Amino acid sequence: MSLYEYATDMDTPVHPVSAPDYMPREQMSALQLHRLQATVKRAYDNVPLFRKRMDERGVRPEHVKTLKDIALLPFMKKVDLRDEYPFGLMACPMNEVIRFQCSSGTTGKPIVLANTENDILVWQNGTMRALAMFGIRSSDIMQVSYGYGLFTGGLGLHYGGEGIGCTVLPTSGGNTDRQLMLMRDLGVTAIACTPSYFLHLLDEGMKKGMDFRKDTKLRHGIFGAEPWSTEMREKMEDITGIIAHDIYGLTEISGPGVAGDCQYRCGLHVFEDHFYPEIIDPDTLEPLPDGESGELVFTTLDRTGMPMIRYRTRDISRILPEVCKCGRTIRRIERVSARSDDMLIIRGVNVFPSQIEAGLLSIDSVLPHYHIVVDRQGDLDTLEVKVEVTQETFSDDIRSLENLRRRIGQAIQRIININAKITLVEPHTLPRSEGKIKRVTDLRKK
Amino acid sequence: MKIQQLSLFMENKPGHLKGICKTLADAGINIVTLSLADTQQFGIVRLIVEEWEKAKAALEAAGLVVNVREVVAATVPDKPGGIAEVLAVIDNAGVNIEYMYAFAFRHKNEAVLVFRFDDTDKARAALQSAGRCVLDFDTLFAEAK
Repeated sequence: MSLYEYATDMDTPVHPVSAPDYMPREQMSALQLHRLQATVKRAYDNVPLFRKRMDERGVRPEHVKTLKDIALLPFMKKVDLRDEYPFGLMACPMNEVIRFQCSSGTTGKPIVLANTENDILVWQNGTMRALAMFGIRSSDIMQVSYGYGLFTGGLGLHYGGEGIGCTVLPTSGGNTDRQLMLMRDLGVTAIACTPSYFLHLLDEGMKKGMDFRKDTKLRHGIFGAEPWSTEMREKMEDITGIIAHDIYGLTEISGPGVAGDCQYRCGLHVFEDHFYPEIIDPDTLEPLPDGESGELVFTTLDRTGMPMIRYRTRDISRILPEVCKCGRTIRRIERVSARSDDMLIIRGVNVFPSQIEAGLLSIDSVLPHYHIVVDRQGDLDTLEVKVEVTQETFSDDIRSLENLRRRIGQAIQRIININAKITLVEPHTLPRSEGKIKRVTDLRKK
Repeated sequence: MKIQQLSLFMENKPGHLKGICKTLADAGINIVTLSLADTQQFGIVRLIVEEWEKAKAALEAAGLVVNVREVVAATVPDKPGGIAEVLAVIDNAGVNIEYMYAFAFRHKNEAVLVFRFDDTDKARAALQSAGRCVLDFDTLFAEAK
């Protein structure tokens, strides 16, 4: 089914779990305020760090009288989770905690998130509503190839899928051959994984002569956990004929299922009865009005184990307040294709890997197997983009390969205004990922 | 039968050519001739083997990108002005040579060159009408043995 048919398919009724997505705004605001007040009180009563910061500002929970008063509250950052590791931010006794999840921490200590039974249900509600919005129904078979375990991707989508009533195939990551065999043999219709792992599956499948359109029943891809460009999405859809859905979330706020895109793809709807979004100016920390671009901040409205209040995600986005064509009243955030953590400063210019990806993929038949190397020669930063040659891009003569290099270089330069050295490399030589992919090597940090 | 040449993309790094040759050796394939075109960064290896389909499969299984191109093997008098004579024929026919290289063996005491033309059929006809010997697949590999 094409995207357009899917969007207008009247046989896909609104799933009952989606009801809060259509709540009238006044009712939503009232619910949010009620929940915010309870969360602030809970944190103030149980989390010493939060109470200390509130007291320093002279703010008490009862000062939160309207949703706007959220601006009175202190921010939380990733470093707080590290400093208070492992239990400092817990707002409930340990016997109420039923599960820990950890972030895929890149440096030092991981981030530990304590979930009560309520929190697991809130999280599941988010993933169920995301799946329902994507059009996943009980007739679907969903392969969950996100890693199961401490990483929230696997278990998050697993609970969401079971909640919706679709058939879950919990393959977790790894063992690509078996993944492909099960996908084909069991007639899998949806796959949930990182975009880079899906590319890896495509790559391996195609190497074995598999045609995803003919040999599988795959219709939906549920992709998240790492930034990916619109060009990458189009490329994946072109090759496989699936609809690539964008699911957003972060461990600190619960996991996947904080937001997702509907069939109109004009931003991601935030399940804001659970997760309250704000956009702030990252320099002044002042809240910005809807529509303006800045750092995305979330407050968990009904998590009890480890509530996050004004958590700074370091993701750049904006809130799109207009009512969506799909009829949902919950607000949308602009698709996060750039995380401020990933930003590179090259010769004084801010560059996001996703911009380089967009340039690269604007060239026909180039596949997104690339790696970015930043280095310094003397006083000058250098940017190298390694790109794998494919059957489609390799032609027999030097001129057309040099021409390909030049076209990629120009396309990237048009976007970031920096001259990148393009290096063509042999196929299957760049690192593949079975979880979150590392696209950048910055040798300047030595 | 026409002569098919395999071309491979190769990074310009130590050991890469050896790896390609080893893959073919392990598949029991003899390389009749090979040429290397390179830039600072990467190279294109072009080679001619008898069992080209088997060679292609072995190289692809080793993860390489392989292209197949039709080339012409023609004899050239092994004397001063020999090549110039043949090139004049090509020139007159209005065909462009994309690249050329040589075989290690001789055919009827003449040198044998591999040509890649932009218009193979036209070039072959021009060479034949000028009395040049254009080798077909079977003759070529019979000579090679």
